[in-house]
Amino acid sequence: MLIMRHELLLIVITVILLVVEIFLPNTRKRKIILPAILLMAAVTVIGFFPGTPGILFGGMYQSTQLSMLLKNILNVGVLIIFIQSVDWLKQDQNKEKISEFYLLMLSTLIGMNYMISSGNFLMFYLGLELATIPIAALAAYERFKEKSAEAGVKLIFISALSSGILLYGLSMIYGTTGTMYFADVAPLITGAPLQVLAFIFFFAGMAFKISLVPFHLWTADVYEGSPVNVASYLSVISKGAAVFIFTIILYTVFTKIAVLWSEVLYVIIILTITVGNLFAMRQQNLKRFLAFSSIAQAGFILLGIISQSQVGMTTVIYFVLVYIFSNLGAFGVVGIISNRTGKETINDYDGLYRTNPKLSLVMMLALFSLAGIPPLAGFFGKFFLFTAGAKQGYYILVLIALINTIISLYYYLLVIKAMFLNNSDQPIAYFKSDNYTRLGLILCVAGIVVIGFTSSVYELIYNLSFGLY
Amino acid sequence: MFEGIPLHWFLILGTIMFFVGIYGFLTRKNLITILMSIELILNSVNINFVAFNKFLYPDHLEGMFFTVFIIAVAAAETSIAIAIIINIYRRLVDIDVDKMNKMKY
Repeated sequence: MLIMRHELLLIVITVILLVVEIFLPNTRKRKIILPAILLMAAVTVIGFFPGTPGILFGGMYQSTQLSMLLKNILNVGVLIIFIQSVDWLKQDQNKEKISEFYLLMLSTLIGMNYMISSGNFLMFYLGLELATIPIAALAAYERFKEKSAEAGVKLIFISALSSGILLYGLSMIYGTTGTMYFADVAPLITGAPLQVLAFIFFFAGMAFKISLVPFHLWTADVYEGSPVNVASYLSVISKGAAVFIFTIILYTVFTKIAVLWSEVLYVIIILTITVGNLFAMRQQNLKRFLAFSSIAQAGFILLGIISQSQVGMTTVIYFVLVYIFSNLGAFGVVGIISNRTGKETINDYDGLYRTNPKLSLVMMLALFSLAGIPPLAGFFGKFFLFTAGAKQGYYILVLIALINTIISLYYYLLVIKAMFLNNSDQPIAYFKSDNYTRLGLILCVAGIVVIGFTSSVYELIYNLSFGLY
Repeated sequence: MFEGIPLHWFLILGTIMFFVGIYGFLTRKNLITILMSIELILNSVNINFVAFNKFLYPDHLEGMFFTVFIIAVAAAETSIAIAIIINIYRRLVDIDVDKMNKMKY
């Protein structure tokens, strides 16, 4: 039983919250906020205790030290989102459906945990669906806003289409190998034409979930329409989990056609980074801006996958960890300002430093970390990614990525310039954020600063990772 | 019942259904029709799985299991999609995708 510790704990707290929700009268739903955060914090802490790796259900579910680490990373991210979302959940429009937010988010997290631990494509598919369907309901959470409903429609249809495409690929894998277990499929992948086709379908399906470039068009719309905290969840946790399992499947199942998928990735990386950056430059709405920046960051993450080595996988996980903290910091600031003033465009941020210096400092640190400015963790993440890519001889690719880092610095600095240098007749008025938001932002800043300086984090991940050779 | 029908007929049927589904998803304007296109895609996958299982690997039932799970998950997906469609109908009094253009570029 201890092997499935993470999932079981999450299921237990989901059930507890569900029962509490049933017995709470409609006027006192806010009382569920603190218990939910405390339970999630307890689960996160318990998750860090050393566990026993093992296999359950005849190999369908496999728990390794690596998968436990990945689940812990996701738990931390979700805990920060829970803390950041309090201010928004306390608004009057949400007072009757606060617990639904927690229940839906926890069930997606359970799905992601099963997905990361899967040893069989059936388990992987079930985890993936459990992870994506509730998010669509979350995106349409603000029922009375047209944009939110529109985001929900776009997300549910795109995720249904992408899982259909992915399943079509899986059916061909089943046809050529006769099994769905990762361990049994891997030696039977020979690069036969049908398997190559199957891989292309599988790749397209996953590319929708990670929002890589030819499949990215839903991202900006969904992020803009959904509530800020849901958008941050989509950009960080959902994308992170998909990247993790994508890396694991590429490295364990499709090992024999590594030459093929590295060529596919090569093109996709260049497209993703470039298009993501170029589109981010012309955005005025900060949520759309962060959406395109997160598309570009996904391209950087793939740079670690393409290097196919142990170092490559380490850098992928390390970069996602850093990215969680930096992006949640940025989304946290955008969220609190959007809650209090309803302003979301870059021009609205003119002169923010005069009125809200602390928030602008947090935003600056988060954006610098996303751009990769040296003392912060984001720099080390990108540095390791580029080293891993260069080690495998992808010099041109790394050069293109470097040029794109400079381009990305331009648009991140646009926001910082608006906050610190631009003057405005009507800057966003001073407001006092509540303690939850402060705690959430402090955690993000601590992550951004501390992870960069503690090399033990990188070593820990390195010891658990594996590569193709 | 299916004696004499070779495997590739089923696969051709599955492929046609899959691409009809993709075509419908891309061209239809009504949200319910788009949902039906997605069902076509998922059912083409089901045909593939069942045909492969019956013809190539009849001693295991893995393909059949997968099909059962796909049907169940598709039902869950459809229910959420319908709920969201009802919600958007209340906002717009229409379920035409061309009307959902509040967010572009």
